[in-house]
Amino acid sequence: MELIMEQMPIVIRSLNSGFLQTLKLFFVTLVGAVPLGLVIAFGSMSRFKPLSWLTNIIVWIIRGTPLMIQLMIIFYFPGLVLHNQIWKGNAGRFVAASVAFIINYACYFSVIYRGGIQGVPVGQEEAGLVLGMTRRQIFFKVKLLQMIKRIVPPMSNEVITLVKDTSLATTIALQEIIWAGESFMKGSQGISGAIWPLFFTAFYYLVFSGVMTVLLGRLERKLEYFR
Amino acid sequence: MAILEVEHISKNFENTEVLKDIGFSLEKGEVLSIIGSSGSGKTTFLRCLNFLEQPDTGVIRVNGEVLFDADAPQTRQETEIRKKRLHFGLVFQSFNLFPQYTALGNVMLARELLAKEQPDYKARKKEIHQEIEEEAKALLVQMGLADRMGNYPHQLSGGQCQRVAIARALALKPDILCFDEPTSALDPELTGEVLKVIKELADKKTTMIIVTHEMAFAHDVASKVIFMDEGRILEQGTPEEIFEHTREERTRQFLSRYTNG
Repeated sequence: MELIMEQMPIVIRSLNSGFLQTLKLFFVTLVGAVPLGLVIAFGSMSRFKPLSWLTNIIVWIIRGTPLMIQLMIIFYFPGLVLHNQIWKGNAGRFVAASVAFIINYACYFSVIYRGGIQGVPVGQEEAGLVLGMTRRQIFFKVKLLQMIKRIVPPMSNEVITLVKDTSLATTIALQEIIWAGESFMKGSQGISGAIWPLFFTAFYYLVFSGVMTVLLGRLERKLEYFR
Repeated sequence: MAILEVEHISKNFENTEVLKDIGFSLEKGEVLSIIGSSGSGKTTFLRCLNFLEQPDTGVIRVNGEVLFDADAPQTRQETEIRKKRLHFGLVFQSFNLFPQYTALGNVMLARELLAKEQPDYKARKKEIHQEIEEEAKALLVQMGLADRMGNYPHQLSGGQCQRVAIARALALKPDILCFDEPTSALDPELTGEVLKVIKELADKKTTMIIVTHEMAFAHDVASKVIFMDEGRILEQGTPEEIFEHTREERTRQFLSRYTNG
């Protein structure tokens, strides 16, 4: 116990900087995947068949394979197969992880968006048309908020999952919090063979997902004024 | 001059003929009831009038102006259609109110969006908004919803929702107000309050086309009745002609189901 107290300041500093990387990956993924998901959703609903097929096949592949494999392919493929390592240093690892996460999450989001868009009754569009509204006005003034209301609960689930999925980036040695925790087992900054820092990372995830749950719950309640 | 003239309207969905050579005319202030069994084409016809469907043949004229001519492609363009729709209002069977707006917001929304297209909108913004709000409030009062203006649709009964929908359609001052089975989703008690409002509109000489299964109401309110069967107009005339001096056997058969309960 005394030993742990001694190690604490070093470990916490290390975990904090790892967690910062985790947070960065989390927010970059959201900022990239939220709009990209919308593009994919429209692609998959396109009346131009080749486009909707292609998008659906991509979504099927991304959702049907583990994110960990996707991370590894994106990170190792350029260097080991094409002999052109484009991901250099920790910054390169971060970009590779971001690309993998954005593509993966955009595909999951696209399916949720699609459900939200198709879930708004046709009658809403027709009522708008009959009232002389343009399709653009109908989308922004009538349908958008109803879609958002529909997608908030499933999106919340995905966001909470993303909090924890960021830990997968440790497989390509991105120096996020799990990587930081594990380093004290192998030996780092004079500490080695310590397992507790790795276990302690769970606490960070728990707090972070707790905060996200509260925030998203608040958004959900904000939209409860209509049905 | 007739406010509405409809000639030779027909419509096919894939291989089924839904409307066959529909033609009639309506004078200003008249109330037309369209009756007939489900699947006889009544709803499709109303949807054609409101440009939610495009007829394959025929002409639609309002106040002498050709709104739709199947043989004239320029009358079928989306941008043209949007303006022409405003000659008609449509009240749906399932209300289709916008759930995220209050009763008042539902009535005002389309008017406010249209007002933005006015050239003097920027200069008179406040004035225009106030005018729209006052008119919307007056309409809701007329519908008996003075104390419900701030309520959202899910807080209203079906009958109240439908009355908001009627106010919403009236806000755009259509030449002809169409109703697609406006009480079919309501229980008998709520049906009464909606029919009462429509009756009041008829007394004010609002030109209306009402697709309905309420025979007593059609008899009472309509100045003209059309009986549709298998996509065509089988019989048209005054309520007396249709209900009391029925000519066609098919019409008699249809009406007997209502009189015998």
